[in-house]
Amino acid sequence: MQEPHDDGDLLVILRHGPHGSSWLKEGLDAALVAAAFGRRVSLLFMGEGVTALIADQQVGALGQKGTAATLEMLEMYDIETLLVEAQGLSRLGLSRDDLMLEVECLSPVALARVLSGHRLVLTF
Amino acid sequence: MRYAILLMGAPYSDQASHSALRFARALVARGHRLEAVFFYHDGVHNAARLAAPPQDEPHLVDAWASLSSKHQVALQVCIAAALRRGLLDEREAARHGKDGVSVKAPFELTGLGQLVDLGTHCDRLVTFGP
Repeated sequence: MQEPHDDGDLLVILRHGPHGSSWLKEGLDAALVAAAFGRRVSLLFMGEGVTALIADQQVGALGQKGTAATLEMLEMYDIETLLVEAQGLSRLGLSRDDLMLEVECLSPVALARVLSGHRLVLTF
Repeated sequence: MRYAILLMGAPYSDQASHSALRFARALVARGHRLEAVFFYHDGVHNAARLAAPPQDEPHLVDAWASLSSKHQVALQVCIAAALRRGLLDEREAARHGKDGVSVKAPFELTGLGQLVDLGTHCDRLVTFGP
């Protein structure tokens, strides 16, 4: 059986799209800081949060910086576990080919396992 | 157990702040140690020194300060989230050339690293949000 908390120190769940609120940006900020402090961080994009990964995004119309540039930097921070709720993708008519980064798609059962596989979970 | 709270809801807009405060009081009443409350996202407005709710409503800012002094709970406010929402302590107000101060002790402006630290060192980190 898998050891508890074996997948990483921190799972950051992102449930909001890039432009309608600051949730995504502030969630990513928390992930980057944790990674900079040497924690093993995984990102899980759920629901509307999967839209953060859509390729060829522009910055927001409201003077926002957008989040695509941050996502491109994840590898530099050693954040390599990028997880996506499979149902979240299909519900929005998206497939993995529409996304800017390589991700792992998770079934509901796999989602539950990922949650218990991390010591700390922060939801944004 | 050693607890920490992450609060991300604005006071008076959502239930989150009220629930977090009640949870905090219940923790210490049960003999647990509450190390810190970390204010992030819209939760930083809980640190607004100038909040003036009607007298017959709970004063959340004062309630946090009172909890802090009675039970040695650190009140940590994410500095990046606070500055862009107009919440500045004396040092930041001076640094940004502002003539008002909207955050004072026991609230302290600090970095997200503190949140990571709380998540690592406390037995439980409990999030309250809208």
